[in-house]
Amino acid sequence: MRALTALISGALFGLGLILSDMVNPARVLGFLDVAGVWDPTLAFVMAGAVIPMVIAWRIAATRQAPIGGGNFPGPADTQIDTRLLGGATLFGAGWGLVGFCPGPALTALGTGSFAALIFTMAMLAGMLGYGMILPASKTI
Amino acid sequence: MTQDWLYGLLGGLLIGIASAILLLGNGRIAGISGILGGTLARIPQMRGVAEGLLFLIGLIGGAFLYAVTLGPPEISVTTSAPVLLVGGLLVGLGTRLGGGCTSGHGVCGLSRLAPRSLIATGLFMATAAAVVFALRHLIGVN
Repeated sequence: MRALTALISGALFGLGLILSDMVNPARVLGFLDVAGVWDPTLAFVMAGAVIPMVIAWRIAATRQAPIGGGNFPGPADTQIDTRLLGGATLFGAGWGLVGFCPGPALTALGTGSFAALIFTMAMLAGMLGYGMILPASKTI
Repeated sequence: MTQDWLYGLLGGLLIGIASAILLLGNGRIAGISGILGGTLARIPQMRGVAEGLLFLIGLIGGAFLYAVTLGPPEISVTTSAPVLLVGGLLVGLGTRLGGGCTSGHGVCGLSRLAPRSLIATGLFMATAAAVVFALRHLIGVN
Protein backbone atom coordinates (compact mmCIF):
# COMPACT_ATOMS: atom_id res chain seq x y z
CA MET A 1 0.00 0.00 0.00
CA ARG A 2 2.68 2.51 1.06
CA ALA A 3 4.90 1.39 -1.83
CA LEU A 4 2.12 1.88 -4.38
CA THR A 5 1.26 5.28 -2.88
CA ALA A 6 4.88 6.42 -3.26
CA LEU A 7 5.05 5.21 -6.86
CA ILE A 8 1.77 6.86 -7.90
CA SER A 9 2.63 10.10 -6.11
CA GLY A 10 5.98 10.28 -7.92
CA ALA A 11 4.39 9.63 -11.31
CA LEU A 12 1.65 12.25 -10.82
CA PHE A 13 4.25 14.75 -9.60
CA GLY A 14 6.30 14.31 -12.76
CA LEU A 15 3.26 14.54 -15.04
CA GLY A 16 2.30 17.78 -13.29
CA LEU A 17 5.76 19.19 -13.96
CA ILE A 18 5.49 18.24 -17.65
CA LEU A 19 1.91 19.53 -18.08
CA SER A 20 2.78 22.86 -16.44
CA ASP A 21 6.00 23.11 -18.54
CA MET A 22 8.10 23.53 -15.37
CA VAL A 23 10.28 20.75 -16.79
CA ASN A 24 11.52 23.34 -19.30
CA PRO A 25 14.27 25.63 -17.89
CA ALA A 26 13.48 28.32 -20.49
CA ARG A 27 10.00 28.63 -18.95
CA VAL A 28 11.35 28.85 -15.39
CA LEU A 29 13.98 31.44 -16.34
CA GLY A 30 11.19 33.42 -18.01
CA PHE A 31 9.51 33.69 -14.62
CA LEU A 32 12.73 34.57 -12.80
CA ASP A 33 13.59 37.26 -15.39
CA VAL A 34 11.47 39.97 -13.81
CA ALA A 35 13.20 42.71 -15.83
CA GLY A 36 12.61 40.96 -19.17
CA VAL A 37 9.44 39.68 -20.87
CA TRP A 38 8.06 38.28 -17.62
CA ASP A 39 6.33 34.89 -17.83
CA PRO A 40 3.94 34.42 -14.89
CA THR A 41 3.29 30.68 -15.49
CA LEU A 42 5.31 29.51 -12.46
CA ALA A 43 3.10 31.57 -10.15
CA PHE A 44 0.02 29.71 -11.44
CA VAL A 45 1.81 26.40 -10.89
CA MET A 46 2.65 27.33 -7.30
CA ALA A 47 -0.91 28.48 -6.64
CA GLY A 48 -2.33 25.30 -8.16
CA ALA A 49 0.01 23.10 -6.11
CA VAL A 50 -0.56 24.87 -2.81
CA ILE A 51 -4.38 24.54 -2.93
CA PRO A 52 -4.59 20.71 -2.56
CA MET A 53 -1.84 20.83 0.07
CA VAL A 54 -3.65 23.44 2.22
CA ILE A 55 -6.62 21.02 2.23
CA ALA A 56 -4.35 18.01 2.87
CA TRP A 57 -2.70 19.64 5.94
CA ARG A 58 -6.18 20.41 7.32
CA ILE A 59 -7.30 16.80 6.80
CA ALA A 60 -4.04 15.55 8.36
CA ALA A 61 -4.72 17.67 11.46
CA THR A 62 -8.00 15.81 12.03
CA ARG A 63 -6.51 12.32 11.69
CA GLN A 64 -4.43 10.26 14.09
CA ALA A 65 -2.23 8.65 11.44
CA PRO A 66 -1.70 8.44 7.66
CA ILE A 67 -3.88 5.93 5.77
CA GLY A 68 -0.88 3.69 5.12
CA GLY A 69 0.26 3.77 8.75
CA GLY A 70 3.21 5.52 10.35
CA ASN A 71 3.12 9.12 11.53
CA PHE A 72 2.44 12.54 10.11
CA PRO A 73 5.29 15.05 10.12
CA GLY A 74 5.62 16.94 13.39
CA PRO A 75 4.87 20.64 13.73
CA ALA A 76 6.93 22.87 11.45
CA ASP A 77 10.28 23.93 12.90
CA THR A 78 10.52 27.64 13.58
CA GLN A 79 14.28 28.05 13.93
CA ILE A 80 15.74 30.41 11.34
CA ASP A 81 19.48 29.73 11.24
CA THR A 82 22.44 30.42 8.99
CA ARG A 83 22.15 26.95 7.42
CA LEU A 84 18.65 27.73 6.19
CA LEU A 85 19.64 31.16 4.89
CA GLY A 86 22.92 29.97 3.35
CA GLY A 87 21.33 26.88 1.83
CA ALA A 88 18.42 28.79 0.29
CA THR A 89 20.85 31.35 -1.16
CA LEU A 90 23.14 28.71 -2.70
CA PHE A 91 20.12 26.85 -4.09
CA GLY A 92 18.69 30.06 -5.55
CA ALA A 93 22.01 30.86 -7.24
CA GLY A 94 22.16 27.43 -8.89
CA TRP A 95 18.49 27.59 -9.88
CA GLY A 96 18.99 31.00 -11.50
CA LEU A 97 22.11 29.86 -13.36
CA VAL A 98 20.31 26.99 -15.13
CA GLY A 99 16.55 27.04 -14.50
CA PHE A 100 16.45 23.50 -13.08
CA CYS A 101 15.45 22.71 -9.51
CA PRO A 102 15.52 19.09 -8.27
CA GLY A 103 12.03 17.90 -9.37
CA PRO A 104 12.15 19.26 -12.92
CA ALA A 105 15.78 18.08 -13.33
CA LEU A 106 14.83 14.46 -12.51
CA THR A 107 11.70 14.66 -14.66
CA ALA A 108 13.65 16.09 -17.60
CA LEU A 109 16.22 13.32 -17.06
CA GLY A 110 13.41 10.78 -17.45
CA THR A 111 12.40 12.28 -20.79
CA GLY A 112 15.96 11.83 -22.06
CA SER A 113 17.45 15.32 -21.69
CA PHE A 114 21.27 15.20 -21.81
CA ALA A 115 21.55 18.62 -20.12
CA ALA A 116 19.41 17.27 -17.26
CA LEU A 117 21.78 14.29 -16.96
CA ILE A 118 24.82 16.56 -16.57
CA PHE A 119 22.96 18.78 -14.10
CA THR A 120 21.66 15.80 -12.08
CA MET A 121 25.12 14.23 -11.80
CA ALA A 122 26.46 17.48 -10.35
CA MET A 123 23.40 17.82 -8.09
CA LEU A 124 23.95 14.31 -6.70
CA ALA A 125 27.61 15.17 -6.14
CA GLY A 126 26.54 18.30 -4.26
CA MET A 127 24.16 16.29 -2.10
CA LEU A 128 26.76 13.63 -1.36
CA GLY A 129 29.37 16.31 -0.70
CA TYR A 130 27.05 17.98 1.76
CA GLY A 131 26.56 14.67 3.59
CA MET A 132 30.32 14.37 3.95
CA ILE A 133 30.80 17.92 5.21
CA LEU A 134 27.82 18.24 7.51
CA PRO A 135 25.41 15.76 9.12
CA ALA A 136 21.85 15.65 7.80
CA SER A 137 20.16 19.03 8.12
CA LYS A 138 16.66 19.61 9.42
CA THR A 139 13.95 19.32 6.83
CA ILE A 140 10.97 21.67 6.89
CA MET B 1 0.18 30.24 -26.25
CA THR B 2 -2.54 32.03 -24.36
CA GLN B 3 -3.48 28.92 -22.35
CA ASP B 4 -0.07 28.68 -20.69
CA TRP B 5 -1.44 29.87 -17.36
CA LEU B 6 -4.22 27.26 -17.52
CA TYR B 7 -1.75 24.41 -18.16
CA GLY B 8 0.34 25.87 -15.35
CA LEU B 9 -2.63 25.84 -12.98
CA LEU B 10 -3.69 22.30 -13.98
CA GLY B 11 -0.12 20.99 -13.78
CA GLY B 12 0.25 22.70 -10.43
CA LEU B 13 -2.96 21.06 -9.16
CA LEU B 14 -1.56 17.68 -10.24
CA ILE B 15 1.66 18.40 -8.30
CA GLY B 16 -0.40 19.41 -5.27
CA ILE B 17 -2.60 16.29 -5.51
CA ALA B 18 0.53 14.11 -5.77
CA SER B 19 1.92 15.81 -2.65
CA ALA B 20 -1.40 15.40 -0.83
CA ILE B 21 -1.49 11.67 -1.67
CA LEU B 22 2.00 11.22 -0.21
CA LEU B 23 1.15 13.20 2.93
CA LEU B 24 -2.22 11.58 3.68
CA GLY B 25 -1.20 8.11 2.49
CA ASN B 26 2.33 7.80 3.85
CA GLY B 27 2.79 10.81 6.13
CA ARG B 28 5.68 12.01 3.98
CA ILE B 29 6.49 15.47 2.68
CA ALA B 30 6.87 15.50 -1.11
CA GLY B 31 10.08 17.48 -1.15
CA ILE B 32 12.15 16.22 -4.05
CA SER B 33 15.54 17.28 -2.66
CA GLY B 34 14.64 15.72 0.70
CA ILE B 35 13.52 12.43 -0.86
CA LEU B 36 16.50 12.28 -3.24
CA GLY B 37 19.10 13.39 -0.69
CA GLY B 38 17.60 11.27 2.08
CA THR B 39 17.51 8.16 -0.10
CA LEU B 40 21.06 8.82 -1.26
CA ALA B 41 22.31 9.20 2.31
CA ARG B 42 20.65 5.93 3.40
CA ILE B 43 21.88 3.79 0.48
CA PRO B 44 25.03 2.59 2.34
CA GLN B 45 22.87 1.11 5.13
CA MET B 46 20.18 -0.07 2.66
CA ARG B 47 17.48 0.66 5.24
CA GLY B 48 14.42 2.81 4.71
CA VAL B 49 15.18 3.49 1.05
CA ALA B 50 12.31 1.58 -0.61
CA GLU B 51 9.60 4.26 -0.47
CA GLY B 52 11.93 7.03 -1.55
CA LEU B 53 13.25 4.95 -4.41
CA LEU B 54 9.71 4.07 -5.54
CA PHE B 55 8.72 7.76 -5.53
CA LEU B 56 11.80 8.56 -7.63
CA ILE B 57 11.08 5.64 -9.99
CA GLY B 58 7.52 6.97 -10.41
CA LEU B 59 8.84 10.47 -11.09
CA ILE B 60 11.59 9.53 -13.56
CA GLY B 61 9.86 6.44 -14.99
CA GLY B 62 6.57 8.29 -15.46
CA ALA B 63 8.40 11.00 -17.39
CA PHE B 64 10.14 8.33 -19.46
CA LEU B 65 6.82 6.65 -20.32
CA TYR B 66 5.34 10.04 -21.21
CA ALA B 67 8.26 10.80 -23.55
CA VAL B 68 8.07 7.37 -25.19
CA THR B 69 4.32 7.38 -25.75
CA LEU B 70 3.50 11.05 -26.36
CA GLY B 71 6.90 12.33 -27.46
CA PRO B 72 9.46 14.21 -25.35
CA PRO B 73 8.35 17.61 -24.02
CA GLU B 74 10.33 20.67 -25.07
CA ILE B 75 13.31 21.13 -22.77
CA SER B 76 15.20 24.21 -23.84
CA VAL B 77 18.60 24.59 -22.14
CA THR B 78 21.04 27.20 -23.41
CA THR B 79 23.42 26.82 -20.47
CA SER B 80 26.95 25.52 -21.22
CA ALA B 81 28.12 22.25 -19.66
CA PRO B 82 30.48 23.87 -17.11
CA VAL B 83 27.69 26.16 -15.90
CA LEU B 84 25.31 23.17 -15.74
CA LEU B 85 27.84 21.48 -13.45
CA VAL B 86 28.24 24.53 -11.22
CA GLY B 87 24.46 25.02 -11.08
CA GLY B 88 23.86 21.37 -10.23
CA LEU B 89 26.46 21.43 -7.46
CA LEU B 90 24.94 24.58 -5.96
CA VAL B 91 21.40 23.14 -6.13
CA GLY B 92 22.49 19.83 -4.56
CA LEU B 93 24.48 21.45 -1.78
CA GLY B 94 22.08 24.33 -1.16
CA THR B 95 18.89 22.25 -0.97
CA ARG B 96 20.42 19.85 1.57
CA LEU B 97 21.91 22.66 3.63
CA GLY B 98 18.67 24.65 3.56
CA GLY B 99 16.53 21.56 4.10
CA GLY B 100 14.33 21.86 1.03
CA CYS B 101 13.68 23.09 -2.49
CA THR B 102 10.79 24.43 -4.55
CA SER B 103 8.60 21.45 -3.65
CA GLY B 104 9.48 20.92 0.03
CA HIS B 105 9.72 24.55 1.12
CA GLY B 106 7.80 26.09 -1.78
CA VAL B 107 4.73 23.84 -1.93
CA CYS B 108 4.55 21.67 1.21
CA GLY B 109 5.97 24.26 3.62
CA LEU B 110 4.17 27.33 2.29
CA SER B 111 0.83 25.49 2.35
CA ARG B 112 1.11 25.16 6.14
CA LEU B 113 2.76 28.57 6.57
CA ALA B 114 5.95 27.06 7.98
CA PRO B 115 8.18 30.02 8.99
CA ARG B 116 11.39 28.40 7.71
CA SER B 117 9.73 27.69 4.37
CA LEU B 118 8.40 31.23 3.98
CA ILE B 119 11.90 32.63 4.56
CA ALA B 120 13.62 30.01 2.39
CA THR B 121 11.20 30.41 -0.53
CA GLY B 122 11.49 34.20 -0.50
CA LEU B 123 15.26 33.96 -0.34
CA PHE B 124 15.81 31.38 -3.09
CA MET B 125 13.32 33.10 -5.40
CA ALA B 126 15.02 36.48 -4.85
CA THR B 127 18.52 35.03 -5.28
CA ALA B 128 17.52 33.18 -8.46
CA ALA B 129 15.91 36.34 -9.88
CA ALA B 130 19.05 38.34 -9.02
CA VAL B 131 21.28 35.78 -10.78
CA VAL B 132 19.04 35.82 -13.87
CA PHE B 133 19.08 39.62 -13.85
CA ALA B 134 22.88 39.69 -13.62
CA LEU B 135 23.28 37.08 -16.38
CA ARG B 136 20.76 38.50 -18.84
CA HIS B 137 20.83 42.22 -18.25
CA LEU B 138 24.30 42.98 -16.85
CA ILE B 139 26.50 40.35 -18.49
CA GLY B 140 24.20 39.58 -21.43
CA VAL B 141 24.19 35.77 -21.54
CA ASN B 142 21.60 32.99 -21.21
